[in-house]
Amino acid sequence: MNRREFIKKNIYAGYLLYSGIRLSDNNVSSPVKNSKIVISNDDSVRIKDFRYNANILSSMLDKSMNNLFGTKSAVDAWKMVVNASDIVGLKVNCLSGKRMSTSVELVNAIISKLLKAGVKKRNIIIWDRMNIDLERAGFKINTKGSDVKCIGNDTAGFKNELAIYGEIGSLLSRTLTDYCSVVINLPVLKDHGIVGITLSLKNFFGAIHNPNKYHKKIGDPYIADLWLIPDIRNKTKLIICDALTAQYEGGPPYKPQWVWDFNGIIVGQDPVALDYVGWKIIEKKRKEKGIKSLKEVGREPNYINTAADINHGIGNNNPDRIEVINI
Amino acid sequence: MKTKITRREALKRSALLCSSLVLGNFNGFPNFQSGDYDDFKVEAKYYEKLPNKRIRCKLCPKECEIDDMERGFCGVKENIDGKYYTFVHSKPCTVHVDPIEKKPFSHFLPGTTALSIATVGCNMDCKYCQNWQISQLRPEQCQYYFIPPDEMVDISLKNKSPSIAHTYTEPVIFYEYMYDIGVEAKKKGIKNVMISNGYINPEPMRELCKYLDAVKIDLKAFTEEFYEDICVGELKSVLDTFELLKKEGIWFEIVYLVVPTLNDSKDEISQMSRWIMDKLGPDVPVHFSRFHPQYKLKNLPPTPLKTLELLRDTAMNEGLNYVYIGNVPGHEAENTFCPKCKNIVVERRGYLITSLKIKNGKCEYCGNKIPGVWS
Ligand code: SF4
Repeated sequence: MNRREFIKKNIYAGYLLYSGIRLSDNNVSSPVKNSKIVISNDDSVRIKDFRYNANILSSMLDKSMNNLFGTKSAVDAWKMVVNASDIVGLKVNCLSGKRMSTSVELVNAIISKLLKAGVKKRNIIIWDRMNIDLERAGFKINTKGSDVKCIGNDTAGFKNELAIYGEIGSLLSRTLTDYCSVVINLPVLKDHGIVGITLSLKNFFGAIHNPNKYHKKIGDPYIADLWLIPDIRNKTKLIICDALTAQYEGGPPYKPQWVWDFNGIIVGQDPVALDYVGWKIIEKKRKEKGIKSLKEVGREPNYINTAADINHGIGNNNPDRIEVINI
Repeated sequence: MKTKITRREALKRSALLCSSLVLGNFNGFPNFQSGDYDDFKVEAKYYEKLPNKRIRCKLCPKECEIDDMERGFCGVKENIDGKYYTFVHSKPCTVHVDPIEKKPFSHFLPGTTALSIATVGCNMDCKYCQNWQISQLRPEQCQYYFIPPDEMVDISLKNKSPSIAHTYTEPVIFYEYMYDIGVEAKKKGIKNVMISNGYINPEPMRELCKYLDAVKIDLKAFTEEFYEDICVGELKSVLDTFELLKKEGIWFEIVYLVVPTLNDSKDEISQMSRWIMDKLGPDVPVHFSRFHPQYKLKNLPPTPLKTLELLRDTAMNEGLNYVYIGNVPGHEAENTFCPKCKNIVVERRGYLITSLKIKNGKCEYCGNKIPGVWS
């Protein structure tokens, strides 16, 4: 074993001791159960440009949730995710302004579902990296009172102790660690100029103080290691990917020449499976538009495979074990 | 000037937090204040514009390619609509008056103080960083003072510090601020020194040399592997910086932090010493510093004194004239010895100078020239 391997093994050993997982040299998929991903599309959801019909969004959400959880009533499905006493964090992705961030309409639709499931309005927190990012995406900062809260990490602050998991060594957002009991992950379906794509796994870069340190090597293994953090892994109960307007090249900022109206949402509980499915949708669009695959341009998001390996076991990257339901 | 959070405020916030969770009703966040990180920004000096509002930063060898609304590895600059801005100009998060020996410099104005400043940020991420609580932050995550370059020079004059030291974090990432301070400092006869990892591109380094009087560089190891795995950096570029400084005639010293089992082999030090002898000459001071477990590297012990002494002997046997041991107060190798007559010409106890036997840059005992900046 050379020095580099020794350091790497030791880095994982810390986490593995904690989690009880055995270290292996084989990067094989972990034996997690099959995963279900629901894709709901409806072209009539788009009113105009970046405005969406609230009723249609609401019905897309209901259908997706019932499909995912096998329920007849959407409220029952939501009750499988949250309790009335939960403080629910909505981790949006809004670093790219109004047009390529989690849309306000989708967030509002989710809030109304949470309220129906019994969560108190005051116990819902919309959060991301900075207040200014949230504001640029159309959210209104609110840190007090009985209404829904909305806050950036720059205001809520970070824990003082370093969270060290795998190659990640970061301070965690207090919103994640101290306030939320459940997190709903709300990424956007888009390309990323360094790490290939930015979906549910990468969205938690917005929960650490130093995301800029972890973009090298196409984010691998950093993005996978992020999910070794118990607060991220255990509190995230649901992922609803905003794929209303999607981008297949030039991300993460909004580049009008590379966006398309996907008019959909992608819902699941397994971030690896959801990212895998999202990645394939982006690749399909790239092919359709005659541009090179992410592999060909040196941005294949291998961190998705790393997240599925036995050292991480975060979810499924095996298409045979991902059930994709289109509605 | 920003105020820092007091202990009482911190306790109050924790108390509020506890009560909100116990009651199960989330009434709101404690009264946190966001840092106005973008209230003052200055366009970066070294970058190139790319298509689709992308930019490539040309300041350090990382050469980050950055999209609109994004930041590079160091986290202190942002691409705003295709232009690159620094958010740390005039915003030091720490300002202290330190003995110059603390930097450490052993051949630069001994016994004087340096007004020592830093902003947040670094272009590496060393697993053992002692100052990670500032070096690894972004501007919005830290309280800062607002001190433009001319005011900083005035503070230095008021404190009777003959030099301003850019230190603690990585001055390369606050290049524009350091440069502008250098310009002002030169006008008023104050010296400008940089304590750096040397990870900078040649063009900005050459330009900066016009306003620098001394540089201390942390040579992290003598292998690319260590630079990549432990520091997220690159040895080759750092070695290029040494050669550039030599060519420009800037006084510089080297610190080598000895990390047990990772960069402490005799072979590595022999190779490094031979390279220094060959490219820089025998008179560059080299400080072997003791490691203490920090940050992400807490599973290693402090460097054994025996190792430091062995490495010092190794470097001296290769021909280096001025080899020190750092972070071990009271050790004999804190002193400067004249390589010719072997007498102590600068005697130190920690950061204190107890005797100085150098006159006009020469050993008072034998007249041998001792390299450095002595006045
Ligand atoms: S100075 Fe910062 S942004 Fe520029 S290349 Fe270096 S790390 Fe990247």
